[in-house]
Amino acid sequence: MTSASFHATGDVVDTSGRRGAHELLALRRVPAPRPGRWLASAFLLVLLAQFLHGLVTNPGWEWPVFREFFVEGSIMRALGLTLELTAYGTALGFSLGLVIALMRLSGSWLPASVGWLYVWVFRSVPLIVQLLFWFNLAYLYDRLSFGVPFGPELVSVPTMRLVGPMGAAVLGLALHQAAYAAEIIRSGIISVDRGQVLAAAALGIPRRRQLSRIVLPQAMRSILPNAFNELISLLKGTSIVSVMALGDLFYQTQVIYGRNGRVVALVMVATIWYVILTGLLSVLQYYVERRFARGGSRALPPTPRQRLRAALSGTGKAAR
Amino acid sequence: MNTPMVEIVDVHKSYGATSVLKGVDLVVNPGEVTVLIGPSGAGKSTLLRMINHLEKADRGLVLVAGELIGYRRAGKHLRELREREVLRQRTGIGFVFQDFNLFANLTVLDNVAEAPRSAQGRPAKEVYPLARELLERVGLADKADAHPRQLSGGQQQRVAIARALALEPKLLLFDEPTSALDPELVGEVLDVMKSLAATGTTMIVVTHEMGFAREVADQVVFMADGRVVEQGPPQQLLRTPAHERTRAFLNKIL
Repeated sequence: MTSASFHATGDVVDTSGRRGAHELLALRRVPAPRPGRWLASAFLLVLLAQFLHGLVTNPGWEWPVFREFFVEGSIMRALGLTLELTAYGTALGFSLGLVIALMRLSGSWLPASVGWLYVWVFRSVPLIVQLLFWFNLAYLYDRLSFGVPFGPELVSVPTMRLVGPMGAAVLGLALHQAAYAAEIIRSGIISVDRGQVLAAAALGIPRRRQLSRIVLPQAMRSILPNAFNELISLLKGTSIVSVMALGDLFYQTQVIYGRNGRVVALVMVATIWYVILTGLLSVLQYYVERRFARGGSRALPPTPRQRLRAALSGTGKAAR
Repeated sequence: MNTPMVEIVDVHKSYGATSVLKGVDLVVNPGEVTVLIGPSGAGKSTLLRMINHLEKADRGLVLVAGELIGYRRAGKHLRELREREVLRQRTGIGFVFQDFNLFANLTVLDNVAEAPRSAQGRPAKEVYPLARELLERVGLADKADAHPRQLSGGQQQRVAIARALALEPKLLLFDEPTSALDPELVGEVLDVMKSLAATGTTMIVVTHEMGFAREVADQVVFMADGRVVEQGPPQQLLRTPAHERTRAFLNKIL
């Protein structure tokens, strides 16, 4: 170490001799001033206050109407339908998506090509077109039959009975979702280090077990953020079923404002519900991701609750 | 002489236009430690992976304890075995990778217990005590509940050895087990391997650790350009190699 004086931007400090250094070591460290940050924060706070003030004072928002309809019976039933469609669409979509992803990754050319074809077709056709198609399936085939291919039929049912509006909606959403889910799952699987499969194969672990025990749990780390994106997008996307006069959340608010003309208040009813549901899903996402993060890094990040507790007990830095 | 543990007959392998193995013959007797040395690209790792059919030979045969690996004779053909049958054959052959390949999502204990449970279908209450015992043997009993990435490289490789031992294999293959380790961690892994050799486990080890070869090997095999150049007991091959090629290689690394 040199004992010459040392200057960058500040004072010229003489560190020659132990006394000079001791004096510096005793000083308390404070952060650099950041006036820009303060200015930007103040600006944002003013904007936020203005916006909130507007929400409360502008009578155009019609909060009394909002309150009247927010948990009203028909809205609650419509909310139930939205949740039902989202649940079916996600469950069926991701199940089929897993199958298609595995087909695409198959070493055999026919399944791989069929998988590729599926993704191509169902990503190409707009969801709304697909829904109308399934809804009108009865025009194309008025009866659906099950039996030996090209041979005798065993059961035959009228198409309308099997594929009603709800069936068409679920079918359309699930098939559409499956194409995207397949690509998300495939990307997750190919992101897992090849050595993991090699080691599993060297140990004689059965193929199916390799997938369920080793590969998929690790693939989940990159699948989950994208999957939740899709889930949230589907939650709002279900509003498209209103083309088939299915009473989902958004359709029901339309029906009501068509009657009473209170457009803004009712759109807000739907919006706030979507915001709440997305919020719940985001919280769920955090915990699900955390569960699958085990083994990914040396230590898990603390949950918000753990972080809060650490901050309150004054050990915030240590906990991180 | 009894049936050799490993018998490799005229094995060839190429990737596209690149010929990696050009007719390799090798015999390993039960209880022996064979060390494979040679410059990179010599085909050592490919040969090792062929012994448990992670790589398929284009020509030639691999037999382990007299059993043809990866194929069966069907009339005038050699028919490749179904995946299930290959997986069964592999449970008798432990493999330790250069970069460990521990299952990142499982705890250390589950890494060791996984294959006995799912590949051999043994009950958990029998497998977990065995897994703990093996971790004890490699000196990592206290790390049973850790995840692999929380361990040092040397510890991970010791877990990988315990994992390979859990199937109670008749043969252990090591593919440069210390090459991915910091120098100060190499010793702990070699110590575990030496203790295994002392118990009479048949081992084939690809390595650049000449000290290990000198001390533990029953035979050293020098490979270059996809062929076995020469082989013999370590004192002879490492001190007085017969081939110029071997001499040049040893001069470079010693």
